[in-house]
Amino acid sequence: MINRPISPHLQVYQPQLTSVLSILHRMTGVVLGLGIPFLVYWIWTISQGPAEYASGREFFGSLIGRTLLFGWTFCFFYHLNNGVRHLFWDIGRGFELVDVYRSGWLVVAAAVVMTLATWIFAYAGRGAM
Amino acid sequence: MSLRSPLSRVLGLGSAKEGVSHWWWQRITSIALVPLGVWFIYSVVRLLSGDHSTSIQWLRSPVQASLLISFSVTVFWHAFLGLQVVIEDYVHAEWLKVTSLMVLKMLLALLLVVTVLMIFQIFVSSSYA
Repeated sequence: MINRPISPHLQVYQPQLTSVLSILHRMTGVVLGLGIPFLVYWIWTISQGPAEYASGREFFGSLIGRTLLFGWTFCFFYHLNNGVRHLFWDIGRGFELVDVYRSGWLVVAAAVVMTLATWIFAYAGRGAM
Repeated sequence: MSLRSPLSRVLGLGSAKEGVSHWWWQRITSIALVPLGVWFIYSVVRLLSGDHSTSIQWLRSPVQASLLISFSVTVFWHAFLGLQVVIEDYVHAEWLKVTSLMVLKMLLALLLVVTVLMIFQIFVSSSYA
């Protein structure tokens, strides 16, 4: 494959809501995919017994663990909300530019709100199961 | 019914891959993941504040175990569909692209088998030390 020079694009094209949300959808998707092994690990700790489960909880409760979980929470809610936005496009709705921008900002706001709500609920409900 | 002319088929023209099927299954898994994903986040938040027996009791319910298996199958599948596109977009060397896709698929398939097996094991287990 011969690497011929190409015109600068990423270095010159001004980022806009459309392109930024689009790549964010892909990035959050990939990050969520990287979370799959941790999902499997969590289920494994449950299957192995109280000792393993406790180490799992220690890991997820650590600073690194909680940072990862917070990151995944945001990625999940962003990807979910933007995914729904995509589904509307799939049935042909919401393509007017003003609607694209409106739904775009709505997605960002919803993702932030849902992430924060989840974590507040999680902390407030300590031991409440 | 194929729209391709017999001559084009004989000459081996056109795409060798199935695009529509990929598109459909990505949408179907997305739609399924809206309720399943929200259920999953809700469940994890509640379980992470509990101890081992809480999780065991939860997974002994046929409803919860089925939902977790359904969620796992759907999310692993959705992740593969998404990551497949990412690999196809960014990996240009054909040998590396094909290998990556194969490895990814096998890895996810293996993880899925392990996950379903563990969920089933917890579901039918009678006691933990």
